[in-house]
Amino acid sequence: MSDKPFRILPAVNEENEHFWKGGADGELRFLRCSACSTYVHPPAPVCPQCLGREVAAEAVSGRATLVTYTVNHHPWIPGFDPPYIVAIVAIDEQDDVRLTTNLVDCEEADVRIGMAVKVRFEDVGDGVFLPLFEPAG
Amino acid sequence: MEVLERKALVSGIGQSRIGKRLNVDPLALTIDACLEAIEDAGLTRDDIDGLSTYPGGMVPGAPGFTGAGCTDVQDALRLELDWFSGGPEQPGQLGSVINACMAVATGMAKHVLCFRTVWESTAQGGGPRKGIGMSGGGGGKGFRAFGPMQWTLPFGAASAACWIAMFAQRHFHEYGTTREQLAQIAINNRRNAGLNPNAIYRDPMTLDDYLSVRMISSPLCLYDCDVPVDGSTAFVISHVDTAADLRNPGIRVEATGTALRGRPSWDQFDDLSTMALRDAGAMLWERTDLKPADVEVAELYDGFSFIALAWLEALGFCRRGEGGAFIESGSRIALDGEVPLNTHGGQLSAGRLHGYGFLHEAVLQLRGEGEARQVRPGGAPDAVPEVAVAAAGGGPLGGCMLLVHD
Repeated sequence: MSDKPFRILPAVNEENEHFWKGGADGELRFLRCSACSTYVHPPAPVCPQCLGREVAAEAVSGRATLVTYTVNHHPWIPGFDPPYIVAIVAIDEQDDVRLTTNLVDCEEADVRIGMAVKVRFEDVGDGVFLPLFEPAG
Repeated sequence: MEVLERKALVSGIGQSRIGKRLNVDPLALTIDACLEAIEDAGLTRDDIDGLSTYPGGMVPGAPGFTGAGCTDVQDALRLELDWFSGGPEQPGQLGSVINACMAVATGMAKHVLCFRTVWESTAQGGGPRKGIGMSGGGGGKGFRAFGPMQWTLPFGAASAACWIAMFAQRHFHEYGTTREQLAQIAINNRRNAGLNPNAIYRDPMTLDDYLSVRMISSPLCLYDCDVPVDGSTAFVISHVDTAADLRNPGIRVEATGTALRGRPSWDQFDDLSTMALRDAGAMLWERTDLKPADVEVAELYDGFSFIALAWLEALGFCRRGEGGAFIESGSRIALDGEVPLNTHGGQLSAGRLHGYGFLHEAVLQLRGEGEARQVRPGGAPDAVPEVAVAAAGGGPLGGCMLLVHD
């Protein structure tokens, strides 16, 4: 994926802008419970662990583990040409916080479930930065 | 525990013609199926006091995902309803039928008409299969993904094909499942479709055919994906106390499974290799004394082949992780095997009727109306199965029904 594909962008709002715009500062951000430090994703106004109501955006390391992946070969979206790798990654800070993303700069033959990956942001305009992941090795 | 769904019967079934690019008003197909189901039950439209559907009329999705909603059918047939329900937030497509069982069991209605219509083949035309979000304003420059879709669409994961592929890949990783094993679902269903004159694809499929066809989203190839069609399926769900008014003895609902005990999400669910099917399957067996070994025919959702494998595990036909080995020879899931699977060809070969086709086929089998593909337990020429399971949904959506013909 050397050329930037056409991307369907997220509708950014108060609840999710910490996530979609954090890349402008090079930061992958999630809501976190002020009381018990649990990360909350997707964003919600309550901690699923302690039911605390104070949650605030906080940056994580951007390091994650590849949980699973697929090499997509079908042209689902005009302008977003296959093949490309879709992956689910779990962040190092809390393994039940996962992101669906693209694994980039990695040949299909080199993809391994369990491999360490790190975030790399793609500036897609409108202030939105998509968190993609690349091998951390 | 009172198992209220036992107050419900599947009293009538109906199905429109099914085909690729029929270019027919999807509401017309819906009415065909609905009237046939009412007739089959021995009722008239005046008897229908409940209406239920999935996913309802106002849902974004791939083009043609929903062919009719409750209001369309109620108005077209001028039904006088005491109860109705339609929407996507349900335990899979059969959730709408299970709701109907509960409506009759609790006295909200006596005879609930359930329907599901797709017209994805006509709506998507002759080009490649479309992604989710590609209907309405989807795909244009101004379109923005919101709600759960915001987490997948920006990354080109615009179809359940990609999501289910990742679950399959995880299963392959954890348990050593192979494409050769998974192929048996597609091959089995195609073999059964050859005996079903209404199936879309009926020519035999070999393992070589499967392994050489193009990849869609690895490890899923074209033959792991169901075939979009136009068509409608309908049922009448009636209270057992109305049995004397019905044409057929009716198929009794023994137990249902609707549980979702993990996160309601395609990527946050705790165990990606089981999906929500794990919970729905477990709940089903919590509500009956019957056991998986009592099931004589299994109609399990195969929107993608891997989902049927996951349902086999979730419903306890084999242990978790052993689905690949269980289906490997193909013999266990064949028409004369221990768990005859998708006897009509499933969605992979008979067409994507989106969940309702499995219940339709389960009822046919229990009535002994399966014709050339009729399961004959024990091999006796007039034997008919007495217990069937129908299951639909994948990912965070799953619902299942255990049916008995006494």
